[in-house]
This record gives sequence, C-alpha cells and structure tokens, in this order.
Amino acid sequence: MHKQNGKPRLLSGNEAIAEGALAAGANFFAGYPITPSTEIAECMSVELPKRGGAFIQMEDEIAGLGAVIGASLTGAKAFTATSGPGFSLMQEHVGYAAMAEVPCVIINVMRGGPSTGLPTKSSQADIMQAKYGSHGDYPTVVLMPNSVQEAFELTVRAFNIAEKLRVPVIVLADEIVGHMREKVVLPDPESLEVIDRAEPTIPPEWFVPYPNTATGISAMAAFGGPYRYHVTGLAHDTYGFPTSRPEEVDALMTKFKNKEIKNIKELTAVEQYAMKDAEICILAVGSVSRAARRAVKILRANNMKVGMLRPRIIWPFPKIAVEEMLDQVNRVLVPEMNVGQIRKEVERLATSSSGKVHGLNVLNSVMISAEQIMERVLQISISTLTQK
Amino acid sequence: MNRAAGLQSEQQQLPAHKWLRTQKSLPHLWCPGCGLGTTLNAMTRVLDKLAYQRNELVLVSGIGCTGRMPVYMDCNTLHTTHGRALTFATGVKLAKPKLKVLVVVGDGDALAIGGNHFIHAARRNIDLTVVVINNFIYGMTGGQNSPTTPQGKIATTARAGNMEQPFDVCHLSMAAGASFVARTTVFHIQQVEKLMREAMLHTGFSVLEVISNCHTNYGRLNGVRGPLPMLHYMKDQSVRIKPGENPFQELPEDKSYLIGQLKQDTEKPEFCQRYFSEVVAPAMAAEKKRGHEED
Repeated sequence: MHKQNGKPRLLSGNEAIAEGALAAGANFFAGYPITPSTEIAECMSVELPKRGGAFIQMEDEIAGLGAVIGASLTGAKAFTATSGPGFSLMQEHVGYAAMAEVPCVIINVMRGGPSTGLPTKSSQADIMQAKYGSHGDYPTVVLMPNSVQEAFELTVRAFNIAEKLRVPVIVLADEIVGHMREKVVLPDPESLEVIDRAEPTIPPEWFVPYPNTATGISAMAAFGGPYRYHVTGLAHDTYGFPTSRPEEVDALMTKFKNKEIKNIKELTAVEQYAMKDAEICILAVGSVSRAARRAVKILRANNMKVGMLRPRIIWPFPKIAVEEMLDQVNRVLVPEMNVGQIRKEVERLATSSSGKVHGLNVLNSVMISAEQIMERVLQISISTLTQK
Repeated sequence: MNRAAGLQSEQQQLPAHKWLRTQKSLPHLWCPGCGLGTTLNAMTRVLDKLAYQRNELVLVSGIGCTGRMPVYMDCNTLHTTHGRALTFATGVKLAKPKLKVLVVVGDGDALAIGGNHFIHAARRNIDLTVVVINNFIYGMTGGQNSPTTPQGKIATTARAGNMEQPFDVCHLSMAAGASFVARTTVFHIQQVEKLMREAMLHTGFSVLEVISNCHTNYGRLNGVRGPLPMLHYMKDQSVRIKPGENPFQELPEDKSYLIGQLKQDTEKPEFCQRYFSEVVAPAMAAEKKRGHEED
C-alpha cells in the first residue's frame, strides 16, 4: 500500500474497499463483473500486478470463489467481490470455505432483488442470506460499513477476522455506500493492525491439520510449505479425513460454534449514538444509518430522547447490546431497505416487550430519508403516551 | 541382513508405499475391479519416476468415485465441490505457480456440472494436468446417465435407454484450446502410465481421458457381469492413433476408442507464464520507477 501521508482523498465506497483489501495485504483476487461491485474488480486488476499479486476474471462467480479458496490454501490473502445474483451463486463455496476452514473475504455490494432485481439501485435485503445463504450450519462473520472511511476500516478488519478464525468473512455494503463519494484520509500502513494466519511450528510428522481447540482457532499450513494434508468439504476428523462417526462430527460442529461463541468480544462492534438516556432507539445499518443519525440530531434538538444503535458487525448478531437497549428504551424503530430482516432479530429478543419494536420498511430502492424516519418515530412515540 | 528384513526394505521401495498415505485413509472405498484402483496405481508409478517432491504436488478432485482418489495420495490433496475442481486448481496454480497441480475428475463432474470450467481452463491453457476418468455413468449415485453415456444405454434416469448424444472428451478438449490431449483405457495400463507422464511434463492445459469400467452400476444396468467383459471391450474396441493421423477421424464400425496422444502443442503460451511476464513484471517495474521518481 502506498504511503498516504495524511493526504485527503475523494473516494467511493468501492474504491475504499479495494484500498482496505490492499492495506490488509490482499494479494489475490478472482471474481466476475457485476453491478454495483465491478469497480472493485477493475481496481484489483490494476493494483495487484503492481504488487506482484494475481488477479483473474473467472468465468462465473462460482469459479471466482473457488479460485479464491484454492489460492488461500497456498497461503495467499484472497478475496472476491460481487452483488446479489453472484452472491447467491457463491453460496456452495461459502459453505466449503467454512467447512474446510479456509480464510477468505467476500464483498457483497447489495442491490435490489430478488433475482436480477434492480442492478443499479440499493437495498439491504441480503442480510439474512449473508448468514444463512449456504446449506447447513456454518460459522461466518458479516460486517456492514456505513461510510467510505468505514468501508476501508471494516474491510481491513474483515481480513483480520478471516485470518484469525479461518472463516469466510462477508463485507456487506449497500449500493449507496458502494457508490457514495466522501473525503477520507486513509491511515498509513504502519499504523494499521494487520493479522496474518498463524502457521504451524510442530514437526511435520506430528502435524494435525484440524485439531479441536477450545477457541475454535488452529494454525493453518500452506500448500507447498513443510506440511501437507487433506482438505475436503466432507465432514472430517482432526486429520482432515472424511468421517461420519457421530462423536467426530460433533467435535467438528462444536469447533465451528466455538469460533463464534469463544471469540464473541472481537466479533462485536456496535456504535452507540446519543443512547445514554434515550427512550427511543433507532436501530439502523449501512446507508440508512446516515439518515438515522440526522434524524436523531434533529429530534434531540427538539427535546426528544432519541438515540441510535448501529451494528457494524451484524453477524454474529449483537445480542447483548440489543438486549441492554431493549431494557432501557420504550420504543425501537428499525428502518431498513428490506422487508424486516433486522427487525425480526430484534423482535425475537424483545420477548417480554410486545409492541415495543416497529419497522420502517422500504422495498423500492429509494434511500430512506431522515424525514421519513422522524415521521415514523413521532408516530410510534405517540403510542407511548397512551400506553403504559 | 536376514531375508525378512531384506524383503521389507524391498517393499518399502515400491512407488505405492512412497506415495500412498499409510495413516487411516486406506483401504480404499472403490468396488473390487474398478479402474480407479488401476489409475491410482499408475499415478504412484508416474509420480515416483518423475521424482516430484510430495510437498510440491497438489492433487485436486471433484465429487464422485473419482473424487475420492486424492485422500489416498500422500501429497497436498484437495477434494472440492462437484464440477468445480478446475476453479480451485486455477487458484492454487496462479497463486503459487511453482506447485505441480494434478486434477482428477469423472466424466459427469468434468463435463456436466463442470463443463463451463472445463472449457475455460482449456481456453486459458493454464498449466494443469487433468485426468478425466470416463466410466460413462454417474457411478457413486447409483448409475444415472452422464454427458458421455452412449446413446441407447440404460441408466437409472434413462430406463428406456439414453436418448442424448454424448460428448467426446478429447474433441471437446481440443476445440476448447487444450494444448495436450490424449486418450487411453484402464486395460492399456502401460499406456496410462506413459500418457500420464507426458501430460504432466507438458506445460499447458493437458487432458488425459482414461476410459474406465463401472461394472457395479453401468455394467449391471446394461447386462454386463463384472469387470472382465468391460476390459475385454476396451481392448477390442480400441485403435491406436498413428503419428500424423487426424485425431478427429471417424472410426470404423467395430472400433469405439481412438487411443494415444491426439494433440500436443508446445508453442501455445501458458497462462501463468504470460500473466507474470506480460502483466505483473511490467506493472512492478513501472511502480519501482515511479517510486524512484517520487524520492
């Protein structure tokens, strides 16, 4: 990565994601063009060769993620970028990366769906898919930036999480964030925390590629190094050999669960804005949170005790932060550009507080405005006057 | 040295002993008489004679009976998803070109679900050796027809006989741009070794079609009892290509398989070599120059 020298730059979210990947040490990209993520691939095709890395445009998104996984197994920091239709195609390989514990990063710049949908317009409708898109139970981490600066930061963080936990990590931006342009000052490489996967140090004869560890974390050997082992998408034992023995499969599944449970602190990132004495909480992510922030400012200026809770990492779902918020406030508004994917998660936690959680759901790609949010907050707060 | 110890040290020298994993994965899961065993055996001998280091070889497979081969080999092994072995192999090779990448796939894996990846990898002429083990059926799932099943043959999803016209693995490979194409059968065991060696030594996309027998499903559904009649068929129906002959030639009525090396183009540029010399090297040089100029 080039020295930034504190120079402000006007970048788009996609450009910032590309810079973030390079800053994290990405040296391999394989993907397929799709609006609104194509700029990332185009940037990589130019930047990676400059650094001795490799870029390849594959024949489809399935091939893109397949090549990324193959490259990662040789020790490369590999990633791909896509949008809804391509993300759907990639799901089998997301599961494969999780099962074989191959670190990789997938950028999904969300567009209108379902199907071909609205290629040039925004949505936030892939949130559930980012966690549950592939078949089976598997670990994954999903980050949602809301600004160009954050697109850079969270991409670096995504690589770090992937390298440490050996899971596929998804950066879920909406098209508005991908295409918005903002002034940013990118940090110099020396100031960034960049994590590389731990490599084994044990003598090759004693090497166990998939040990069951308490944290779910284990060292990863690169193809072509001192170690060799079997990698498969089948359920496997600690040697990587296929098994269907219940106790061995249980151990494998427990390891996957532990990756999330035992590392939850590092996988929690929530912004609290004006929440200290808030009676109403707006829970928003991505571009919608920008409008939500403005709504909070205006409502606060009008003496309403409103705050915003913004998950920056959406999966694992920030259960503790949301439960604490639900205990504190009277009303929660979840504005989102989907049919209620985050709202359902909040409602699930609001067991004893029926009527507390409300939604503002926009499905037609028009960015939710601060005015719309304020209007809805006023609507739902009226009911607090008449209810106990 | 006593006789027993002498015998033991003699046994240690067999390629199979050097190249097969001794821990846990054997005995293999294939049916007795399956051509996959023969191919695996040939592979150990080829790799041994080529004197590859086990850590520099990556054996990649897809799904199916053929997909189960890598776990038995003592090298870097990668058992991927159905049809996508070539995509993983492309990533491995491009990220670390010094590795030798050998891909082993079945006819359904390579040409049905994997068809698109097959033709694009061939188009790129990326340095992979692809052994397509063609038993004309989907064996592991019980005997459904594959893109190479001959017309009229019975399959579990074509009970009245397959009505679809099959692919020719070698024709498809040549048309898509593979720079080395060869065909053999598991009956012609020495030719399997010879052609596999040539395929591995060739720099570029090399395809070796190995015709094999699935007597358990394909044979059984079509009235064949056991592997021997199928091996006899391979022997009787094969005709060796002579140097200079047209690899697309029509075969006489009583022959089905044209075996031998069908194509070798040593001039065609290989993908990784081109990428690193024509794209990466100039980009890095320009960066270095720009860096000096900024200083």
